Amino acid sequence: MRAASTAGPSFRDRFELSHRVRVGITAAALIAGGLLPLFVDGGGGFIDDATVALAYVMMALGLNIIVGFAGLLDLGYVAFFAIGAYTMGYFGSLFHITANGGEGVHILVAGPAAQLPGLHFNFFIIIVLAIAATTIAGMLIGLPTLRLRGDYIAIVTLAFGEIVGRIAINGDEIKFLDTRLTAGRQGITPVDKIDLPFLETFNSLELRPWYWTAFVLVLIAVFVNFRLRDSRLGRAWIALREDEVAAVSMGVPQVKTKLLAYGTGAAFGGVSGAFLGSYLNTVNADQFQFSFSIFVLAMVILGGLGSIWGVVVGAIALSFINNRLIPDVLNDVPGKIGLDFDLTELSFGIFGFLLVIMMVLRPEGLIPERRRKIELKAGIEGLVVDEDTEKQP
Amino acid sequence: MAMFEVDEIHTFYGNIEALKGISLTVEEGECVTLIGSNGAGKSTTLRSISGLTPPRTGDIRFDGQNITRTPPAEIVKLGISQSPEGRRCFSRMTVRENLDMGAYLRRDKGIEEDMDRVFHLFPRLLEREKQKAGTMSGGEQQMLAMGRALMARPRLLLLDEPSMGIAPILVERIYETIGEINRQGTTILLVEQNANYALSVSQRAYVLETGVVVLSDASDKMRTNPEVRKAYLGG
Repeated sequence: MRAASTAGPSFRDRFELSHRVRVGITAAALIAGGLLPLFVDGGGGFIDDATVALAYVMMALGLNIIVGFAGLLDLGYVAFFAIGAYTMGYFGSLFHITANGGEGVHILVAGPAAQLPGLHFNFFIIIVLAIAATTIAGMLIGLPTLRLRGDYIAIVTLAFGEIVGRIAINGDEIKFLDTRLTAGRQGITPVDKIDLPFLETFNSLELRPWYWTAFVLVLIAVFVNFRLRDSRLGRAWIALREDEVAAVSMGVPQVKTKLLAYGTGAAFGGVSGAFLGSYLNTVNADQFQFSFSIFVLAMVILGGLGSIWGVVVGAIALSFINNRLIPDVLNDVPGKIGLDFDLTELSFGIFGFLLVIMMVLRPEGLIPERRRKIELKAGIEGLVVDEDTEKQP
Repeated sequence: MAMFEVDEIHTFYGNIEALKGISLTVEEGECVTLIGSNGAGKSTTLRSISGLTPPRTGDIRFDGQNITRTPPAEIVKLGISQSPEGRRCFSRMTVRENLDMGAYLRRDKGIEEDMDRVFHLFPRLLEREKQKAGTMSGGEQQMLAMGRALMARPRLLLLDEPSMGIAPILVERIYETIGEINRQGTTILLVEQNANYALSVSQRAYVLETGVVVLSDASDKMRTNPEVRKAYLGG
């Protein structure tokens, strides 16, 4: 255990990579990521897990804006996954089967979906709708938290996630203009496959196009994240996170800045949700559990709060641990040592254990953000600005 | 008409009335100080002015414009910026990044020029330009907080307890600089427990006690006032 990281240059300092090396590693990883599908079975389990992992990366990047950049602890991120997925379900399935007198509405869709009743919109349109819906939802959830700090924000967002989850489960009994609000636990299925111009409609036997679509979406998400971080808005988020009173006295508009963090962060969840709705071919209330919010938060913390590449790595790692390592690779371990239980039931125990190990060995995350690294290295003393020096009654 | 006027403000923290009708004025180019002991309402007055805790009743006017209910960001834009109590630098940002945050609302071309001005006023900050604010001494952080407030190019600068928790030698330096800033034309409203320094740099002073102004006078007269001497200047 290398807990004594305050004394002198530590082990990991000596492995601090130069800028050039880091750029090289990043480029190599991106190329490897892009070419990966060429070397694996296009219908296999690995590419399936990899595609889901990329969708999770998008969510983690979104949550990172809220928690990592702006410092607003959000425990209800699953709500945005749900809203994005339901947008996909509403506008790309048989769900509204009576729409247009049973003829269906088709906007820029080809392939099998063009013949079916219900609403069938082009995937791009659905993405835009999902972004709009989640941004609005993100800002709405932001509103009641504006006057709150820290833990209280977490409680409100937690409640919001839970409310959306409950509505998803019970929505099949809520009728609105003759249609149900959701399909409850039964789920909306089938969902339209992604249908891009010049390409065949995606199918579930050949997963490479799905992977590449997710890969491009992640690239866009990473790019947007970097641009946001280095923008005026990004600086305002960091200032608010560091010291709210000081930021406000410098003229950072608190309400607008926080709401923009919630809104943009949520939008990534929406895009990912819409993608997953189509990819998993179902929009099912059981997907939207509180534990999923924690799962995404764990990715962000594991990777390094506020660090874009860190979050990407954290999300890939946790998603592979969850979808592959635990159920496939390690699942027979308990049986081998004479115990009778299913390892997947312990998933969250394992994540928790991982996080504890991380907090001991590398509290700033796998790839730490510059500022946080400084904070944790320098120790607490001297860095803490008095939390609230208000002495007045 | 005074450039800046506070008229009978009552500010509350919950149900507790911290300011019980404070009135004061600041003329263009002046340096005015509020002195008083702990809990007198000095910082609350500044917080009321900058919009952090707006008063429940009463008016605050800047250039004749009522800014009582104006949000903090708008107040900064109008030309009032604050170096808050306890400094509150962004500890994980560098000195330069902190100063940049001071100019957050500005989009004009004079930002670099003002940065040079701040570095000229506080050469220590230039030496530490790339250092994280959190790793500097209290005095240096105070300089940074003041520099950051100046980066907004304020017409009225609010300084909250610039001597708090700082080595005496640095307090002296900081007060020299406050005088310099004032001579360069920035109007200053200074809140201070250390009445000696505050009265030496200001032209007029108000004494606050439990949320009301009990005395106001020219600073040099205040220094010879026996009651003030006894209560605030250590005899």
